[in-house]
Amino acid sequence: MTEASITSDLLVVGAGIAGITAAVEAAETGLKVVLLEKRPYIGGKVTQFNKYFPKLCPPSCGLEINIRRLRTNPKVKVLTQAEVADVSGQPGEYDVNVKLKPRFVTDRCTSCGECVTVCPESRSNDFNYGMDRTASIYIPYENAYPSKYVIDPVTCKASGCKKCVEACKYGAIDLSQTEETINIQTGAIIWATGWEPYDANKLDVLGFGKFPDVITNVMMERLAAPDGPTKGKILRPSTNGAVNSVAFVQCAGSRDENHLEYCSSVCCMASLKHTRYIREQYPDAEMDIYYIDVRANGVFEEFYSEVSRDPKVHFHRGKVAKVSLDSSSGKLIVEAEDTLTGTRIKKSVELVVLATGMQPNVSGLPLDRSQIDGDGFLVSGGSGAIACGVNTRPKDVSAVVQEATGSVLKAIQAIKGN
Amino acid sequence: MAIDTKVGAYLCSGCGIGESISCDGLAKVATGECKVPFCKIKERLCSEECVAGIKEDIEREGLNRVVIGACSPRFLSDVFQFDSNVLVDRVNLREGVAWAHKPNDEDTQMLAEDYVRMGIAKVRNSEPPQAFKSEVNETILVVGGGVTGLTSAQAAAKAGYSVVLVEKESSLGGWANRVYKVAPYRPPYTEPQDSKIGELIHDVETNVKITVITSCLIEKISGQPGEFNVVLRIDGGARTELMTVGAIVQATGWKPYDPNRLGDLGYGQFHNVITGTQLEEQFKNGRDGEKFDGGQIKSVAFILCAGSRDEKHLPYCSSICCSASLKQALYIRERYPEALVYIIYKDMRTPAQHELFYKRVQNEDKIFLTKGEVVGLTDSENGSIAIDVDNTLLGEKIRIESDLVVLATGMVPTTLVGDVESDCGEAVAEATLDGKKAAESAEAGAKILNLTYRQGTDLPTLKYGFPDSHYICFPYETRRTGIYAAGTVRAPMDYSSAKNDAYGAALKAIQLIHSVKEGKAVHPRSGDESFPEFFLQRCTQCKRCTEECPFGTLDEDEKGTPLPNINRCRRCGICLGACPERIISFKDYSISMVSSMIKAVEIPDEDEDKPRILAFMCENDAYPALDTAGKFRMEYDPNVRVIPVRCLGSVNVVWIADALSKGYDGVLMLGCKFGVDYQCHFIRGSELANKRMENVQEKLKQLVLEPQRVKLLTLSIDEYAKLPGIFNEFVQEMRELGPNPYKGM
Repeated sequence: MTEASITSDLLVVGAGIAGITAAVEAAETGLKVVLLEKRPYIGGKVTQFNKYFPKLCPPSCGLEINIRRLRTNPKVKVLTQAEVADVSGQPGEYDVNVKLKPRFVTDRCTSCGECVTVCPESRSNDFNYGMDRTASIYIPYENAYPSKYVIDPVTCKASGCKKCVEACKYGAIDLSQTEETINIQTGAIIWATGWEPYDANKLDVLGFGKFPDVITNVMMERLAAPDGPTKGKILRPSTNGAVNSVAFVQCAGSRDENHLEYCSSVCCMASLKHTRYIREQYPDAEMDIYYIDVRANGVFEEFYSEVSRDPKVHFHRGKVAKVSLDSSSGKLIVEAEDTLTGTRIKKSVELVVLATGMQPNVSGLPLDRSQIDGDGFLVSGGSGAIACGVNTRPKDVSAVVQEATGSVLKAIQAIKGN
Repeated sequence: MAIDTKVGAYLCSGCGIGESISCDGLAKVATGECKVPFCKIKERLCSEECVAGIKEDIEREGLNRVVIGACSPRFLSDVFQFDSNVLVDRVNLREGVAWAHKPNDEDTQMLAEDYVRMGIAKVRNSEPPQAFKSEVNETILVVGGGVTGLTSAQAAAKAGYSVVLVEKESSLGGWANRVYKVAPYRPPYTEPQDSKIGELIHDVETNVKITVITSCLIEKISGQPGEFNVVLRIDGGARTELMTVGAIVQATGWKPYDPNRLGDLGYGQFHNVITGTQLEEQFKNGRDGEKFDGGQIKSVAFILCAGSRDEKHLPYCSSICCSASLKQALYIRERYPEALVYIIYKDMRTPAQHELFYKRVQNEDKIFLTKGEVVGLTDSENGSIAIDVDNTLLGEKIRIESDLVVLATGMVPTTLVGDVESDCGEAVAEATLDGKKAAESAEAGAKILNLTYRQGTDLPTLKYGFPDSHYICFPYETRRTGIYAAGTVRAPMDYSSAKNDAYGAALKAIQLIHSVKEGKAVHPRSGDESFPEFFLQRCTQCKRCTEECPFGTLDEDEKGTPLPNINRCRRCGICLGACPERIISFKDYSISMVSSMIKAVEIPDEDEDKPRILAFMCENDAYPALDTAGKFRMEYDPNVRVIPVRCLGSVNVVWIADALSKGYDGVLMLGCKFGVDYQCHFIRGSELANKRMENVQEKLKQLVLEPQRVKLLTLSIDEYAKLPGIFNEFVQEMRELGPNPYKGM
């Protein structure tokens, strides 16, 4: 049971890598912190990534440390399935109401997994971007924190079924749970609400949603991940077969006035990284990258140079005009103009990866319009809103962690009235 | 052991444990041969009732050691936490046994019994840590008075901390003082902005919490976090000042790449070839004609990546030159409205909202952007400079005639070149070849902090001379505890990123002071109160610990005896692993503790065909991977006994020797990837463990055992699916090798 009211020094909204970082850094500086997350697990987008560029190391490695820092620090309280309803007050003394959605699984859950074996219903697995399904009672991913199951209220038949209730030896399932509201008194708030991939369905000429072999960069992360829908084997969604040729479409919806006018910063490096995923599994696969500029800033240049040395990765400067399906071969046809050579390109490939951009996740936040810029990013500082992560600017994980760490100092200043 | 241990053992039979293992059998081991006064078996040990029961037992029986046989120690750590004087060990019966092995099988049961024996031995041979507390000074020293240093100083002062800001120049402001404007960093991101450096300087200079010292170099820094003793050399040695500070932010910034090395691009050959920084200074100071003849300017060409993204110069990209050149193009438009401006780039790198600025400049009249590579510069007939550009869009070669050429030169971190402004080219060229040279070069060249540390005067650096950090998840994971690099010294970055970084580093400095006051470790073992203790009477001055500590914790006296500085320590235990005399120990992690666990395992006779393998696994990556394998119910050989270690670098060769002389058939060591893209959270732990394999092989020779009996492998946390194969194959190899002849001796 959650108390009706909690007092803290700091409230962090959003428990992706930005929010987790802010929370642990603050707690280790002596602040009492409440960390809110709207999903049933913490970690946000990085939990869905296979590897980070440029080291190609797994995000779960850093998360392991961060989650240990969280769970062993009594100064942090984590609330999942929680969203801010309203905020009043001012820096130093905020009064926040938070809505807690029911999990239908209590703290008695030991994550033993007996419930899943009896659940007859299923749901589309959002963790894998709908590429597979889970039972209606599910654990978001194997190492999810909190390590507890959750019930999807849409597909669960609830009292009409109750099989999980009977199967659970520990009485951890409570189908009668309802939404609760709790109150949090806090000195400062850090908004770390993250981002969503730009909706690829809006890029109709690129065939997403029409052709199963057109996927997005975030889906590629799941396909390559050992705990993904294909257990890490990158397969063509239409055939579940091997991938021999791939086209990467950069700036899919970014640097484009009809979509996102800004650059999403990370997609060039993400696609370069994806060439490595493919190469590891398919030594002979041919890959094309269609780009405007390759933005491998700073020391990432080295990674770009390495990928450029792969003789089967071909760079074409130009935007992709169209992706269509060749129904006879089942392959996709990518049409583009190479502006460096002035030639028109028409190539058939087996997989198209759209490097879709990042959109700040700010809708519904109780923030003043003046704190949000024309592209939807939070403008940190000034009138008191403290924000960090991709909701202030598209950036990579390291820059997110820097900003999140720094945001704690801004919070301390706010609490002290400076 | 110093005090009597009173152990209580508790076993959980839930989550399938009871269906797979005989808990009664385990209890018999605990209370029988291990002589634990009592052992209780519960259906769901993590329930409130059971935990309350344990607490009652602690109270009533005076328990000071509790062994919990249930799920992995990575779960419910908050639930099974009792008074600080009660040491808890978690025996991993769920993920490690029941979920990964055949139920109700003799080998599975033996595995569980051994783990119970090991858990009991562990708590009996360790003590609850007591925090190391020392005098703590709470002042923060900020080195460098550019925008990052100023921002850091201001940020820490606003949070209530005293700051000393030292700057080697006679005035504050750094590069921000020398630029005309900065690229837009606030919405709508379309016009160059004032850096507002004057306001920032004023704020800092008038803040009572901040002491500013200019014309100041650091002569020496000794001591440790919480108590760094700093000697400042002011006004060229006219004055020295001594002070004590608690933590340090290094914001010493960058130097422009030496343009004299860019003769190919006309620098030094043509009067009107200048660098972007020179252009900035000229606009800032309003002295046209100093570097170039402004009256004659009808066309200007900007050459981007001048000496960057170039194997002969700086192989990396300096990140901000594209935006800076776009901004400078607008200066030209403003000052010389008739002039044509050409921007020649490789890739236009204007990430995030810089893109909006790029678009705005693209739409400006008389600015022409072209992708291409500059082939060479020559005198043009009309007195201007002709630039030949190849590989442009549509594959054409073009010639641009220009009265002024501006080279966008890159950024070199001061950690590589120190104060040498002009000839940084050579240092860079050498350092970029390999990271090791960069480190040496930084040690030799930079001399900024002048630490008196045994391991060198400055922050260790990675390739290209940027100070070391685990730069993805933990950008402030410094190798010199309490010293945090920020801003462009750490990586090329723009104005707003540098300001963010300034805040981040200042917070880490504050956090460090807070942690040291409480006697707790900082990242990655945040909150750990244990620390290494040295039994120096037995020290043979071999210097392995002082050399191998990744954090430079240990200095040396003239004989080579280690002088520990506990507040520099990150508690990885690499010193413990290094010491051949076994004189280094933590209260709750020691040679004797692990040896006792190794010896607690029952070794079956050689005719039973039950080989015993010991696996040391990094508790941050390999061990969690094994848990994940268990969660996925992947089955693996039950003959392996796992001991999680703080870092593979903390494994002492004596443990391996103990295991082999006790009759284990083989030893596996599983740690993090090492090398350039290392994943070790203690930077060099797994690499050092690998180096020590030579000593291990030596040991094997002495014991007349086959070299294959000890194997070190690297494993990422997500490679859990490989673990069953690794275990099964190793057991098979050992079977083929035959039993260890020391069995039963």
